[in-house]
Amino acid sequence: MRVNLTVNGRPQEADDVWEGESLLYVLRERLGLPGSKNACEQGECGSCTVRLDGVPVCACLVAAGQAEGREVVTVEGLAEYARQRSSGDAGDTPDLAPIQQAFIDAGAVQCGFCTPGLLVAADEMLEHNPDPSDADIREALSGNLCRCTGYEKIMDAVRLAAARQQEAV
Amino acid sequence: MPTNGAPTKITQGSQTKGGVGESTLRPDGTLKVTGEFAYSSDLWHEDMLWGQILRSTVAHAEIVSLDTSEALATPGVYAVMTYDDLPTDVKNYGLEIQDTPVLAHGKVRHHGEPVAIVAADHPETARRAAAKIKVEYRELPVITDESSATAPDAVLVHENRTDHHIGHVPHPNIVHRQPIVRGDAAAAAERADVIVKGEYTFGMQDQAFLGPESGLAVPEEDGGVHLYIATQWLHSDLRQIAPVLGLPPEKVRMTLAGVGGAFGGREDLSMQIHACLLALRTGKPVKIVYNRFESFFGHVHRHPAKLSYEHGATRDGKLTHVTCRIVLDGGAYASASPAVVGNAASLGIGPYAVDDVDIEAIALYTNNPPCGAMRGFGAVQACFAYEAQMDKVAEELGLDPVEFRQRNAMEQGTLLPTGQPVDSPAPVAELLRRVKAMPMPPERQWESSEGADVRQLPGGLSNTTHGEGVVRGVGYAVGIKNVGFSEGFDDYSTARVRLEAVAGEAVVTVHTAMAEVGQGGVTVHAQIARTELGVAQVTIHPANTEVGSAGSTSASRQTYVTGGAVKNACELVRERVLEIGRRKFGTYHPAWATAELLLEGGKVVTDGGEVLADLVDVLGEEAVEVEEEWRHRPTEPFDLRTGQGNGHVQYSFAAHRAVVEVDTELGLVKVIELACAQDVGKALNPLSVLGQIQGGTTQGLGIAVMEEIIVDPRTAKVKNPSFTDYLIPTILDTPTIPVDVLELADDHAPYGLRGVGEAPTLSSTPAVLAAIRAATGLELNRTPVRPEHLTGTA
Repeated sequence: MRVNLTVNGRPQEADDVWEGESLLYVLRERLGLPGSKNACEQGECGSCTVRLDGVPVCACLVAAGQAEGREVVTVEGLAEYARQRSSGDAGDTPDLAPIQQAFIDAGAVQCGFCTPGLLVAADEMLEHNPDPSDADIREALSGNLCRCTGYEKIMDAVRLAAARQQEAV
Repeated sequence: MPTNGAPTKITQGSQTKGGVGESTLRPDGTLKVTGEFAYSSDLWHEDMLWGQILRSTVAHAEIVSLDTSEALATPGVYAVMTYDDLPTDVKNYGLEIQDTPVLAHGKVRHHGEPVAIVAADHPETARRAAAKIKVEYRELPVITDESSATAPDAVLVHENRTDHHIGHVPHPNIVHRQPIVRGDAAAAAERADVIVKGEYTFGMQDQAFLGPESGLAVPEEDGGVHLYIATQWLHSDLRQIAPVLGLPPEKVRMTLAGVGGAFGGREDLSMQIHACLLALRTGKPVKIVYNRFESFFGHVHRHPAKLSYEHGATRDGKLTHVTCRIVLDGGAYASASPAVVGNAASLGIGPYAVDDVDIEAIALYTNNPPCGAMRGFGAVQACFAYEAQMDKVAEELGLDPVEFRQRNAMEQGTLLPTGQPVDSPAPVAELLRRVKAMPMPPERQWESSEGADVRQLPGGLSNTTHGEGVVRGVGYAVGIKNVGFSEGFDDYSTARVRLEAVAGEAVVTVHTAMAEVGQGGVTVHAQIARTELGVAQVTIHPANTEVGSAGSTSASRQTYVTGGAVKNACELVRERVLEIGRRKFGTYHPAWATAELLLEGGKVVTDGGEVLADLVDVLGEEAVEVEEEWRHRPTEPFDLRTGQGNGHVQYSFAAHRAVVEVDTELGLVKVIELACAQDVGKALNPLSVLGQIQGGTTQGLGIAVMEEIIVDPRTAKVKNPSFTDYLIPTILDTPTIPVDVLELADDHAPYGLRGVGEAPTLSSTPAVLAAIRAATGLELNRTPVRPEHLTGTA
């Protein structure tokens, strides 16, 4: 079958999609967007988290056909998505979304396999909760497994991104 | 000599920004946050096929028949291969003992053993074709524990063993046995005022790295193959792969793809040979990616263990003796079991000074899943048990558990049970003091102005308690881990360092085969190069087999050994550069001949700070390149009868304090805080050091309260191979982890550093267990602890 969807603001068309393929497979193997990760492919680890019409979902649990006609944001489009949200023009704004920069600065990236899913989830949380408590952060990110960091630096990164966001307002 | 008031004892690189000791950021950070970093499962090639492995559905059986015809006839399938299709006489592989079949030959020895492989044009086609392969099994009795392994009529897991351990093991179903005897434990027991005995059980832990086993094998025009792979040690893989393919090593080219974590689980081969076989058979690139279910079968796990201990002490709180017996379940294939045995035995009594010890450690061959390397490597299982014992003895004596540990803590100069003196700082008592002195989290931390925040309570959002039945407990533990490969292994690393002027700037390229698995070795290599060569611009060359071996990214060894190799190569480059400088400019300034010269900020300077030349002028068109192997001090094997020998290189020490709250009615545990104090010798990158300590601590927390691969004792089949049923800590399960880093230099190591990654995984688990015991008063002699163990319903 053919699947039409918008990914990171661009209309995309995937041909010869087998009905059993997931949105994750189509993104990774047919659209050349392997940023969303494949750690469990059963909705337990959150490494494939993308936004589907704004809502964070595990792309591995979305059948490709369910994405027909819908808008998907992946980690590859996160910087542009954040830029548009802050209603800035492309101009001289940084290449990374604030949450991406904060993950680098706080040391929240080790192997990095969980990072794309965590970034999408954390960015979505900060969108509706710009001043989260630690308990809020833990609750919002509890669907994203990380095996390297012990989560402390991830907590630091989200706190840092929130603080920088507050300063910028 | 003019000194300009500058310090006269500046050391090389102390003025260079981004050098050793700074928390520089990862060079791969931007790629990893934008999704552009290419992990092994992300690789793609024009015309690429997908490989799939068919695995055994039973643990121990003869293969009566194997029919691949229907699979081969499936449209889209390019190849199906079984044992009969292997191209050479080399049909097994293994880290130390080549006992692991590439594909099963007439018999399977564990659940999930590879039987056949398929290549097809779509992963689902490959999966379905593999499912069409008909295998008829005749099941054999399963060996699952010590008693079934060593029973008089026990079936042998491996018949006709010829490996170098068979001569000294008491039974062919025992992979390796290491006794350690020092002093006279029986006589010392006579002096003991209290004797405490304990039996402990340690569950099977999975590394659960998130990046699945995966890689891409590309056939090459010269008949060879190029494998892009996630591994911990490229050259070890190469040594095992090439003979099976019948290729000389130079025709098997290996490049490290992005690695999504490892933790020991990528020391053994997984899909490497299978992908290469299919690529060479079909003439097309073949990618294999395990799903999570397969990943649980596709790599070795941490050895589960049964441990029996006896500790004796005098009334004044001094240990008289320790005896212990550690039985590790190695599963169906040897993997790293012999070395795990050596670690468990030699570190079996922990970081304590005891003269009279009697230790025995063995690893079994069984039909359970194969077990091998995982962070902590044999020292983890022992630490869980000896720390439980230390608490019990302290209680018998009426002593504070920290005080009792401190009275028996080893120091620099203390002899290990192997008779080897610990010849660098061993701040065991100090780490305990520090972790105890850290501020405690407030009581009733779950109370807020709006009542109880259930998210901070055991049970969390399940809303099972608002504080009723919740009891707090505090526990301590400390551990010792060896750093580097032990027992006489030639544990070297190779580094190639190139310094040249590019577009008017001095640039360093560091090329090693080190597997960056997330630990941050690439960050540290650049820091070392900046410090040693005084150059800001450092490029890390992709890791591959075009340069010599860097050894394994395991045993907390990479910063020490490959870092040491990079430092050494940089020093050789520096000497060569200064030679060139003396040749070119020596006549212009006497300091070229008389002063100690350094490279700082892209310049040659004297140790007094006077600039003699720009590096780019010294180099001109010349590039200086050095490739050199580097070794730490040699070690020696442990005596097979007495266990004596200088087997280890270095030690790493960490101590933990756990604060837990337990809902005693439901048996739910919330770890509130897991504080750690660790000696790291020298923190080359403080931010990365914290990341290692916090990550290692969390894996120890996982063993304590949730992580266990459940193997059915009747069938030896794995019951929970998924993240639905095998739980690892989420961000909700993980507490804050305050860390106190101590830096007591080990004079034998580069910059005085100590390997960091593993020690925190040791003491984390027993600290949590101790805290749960303190909260509940239960004995809790197994880990992980589940609710039923706390409610008496197990």
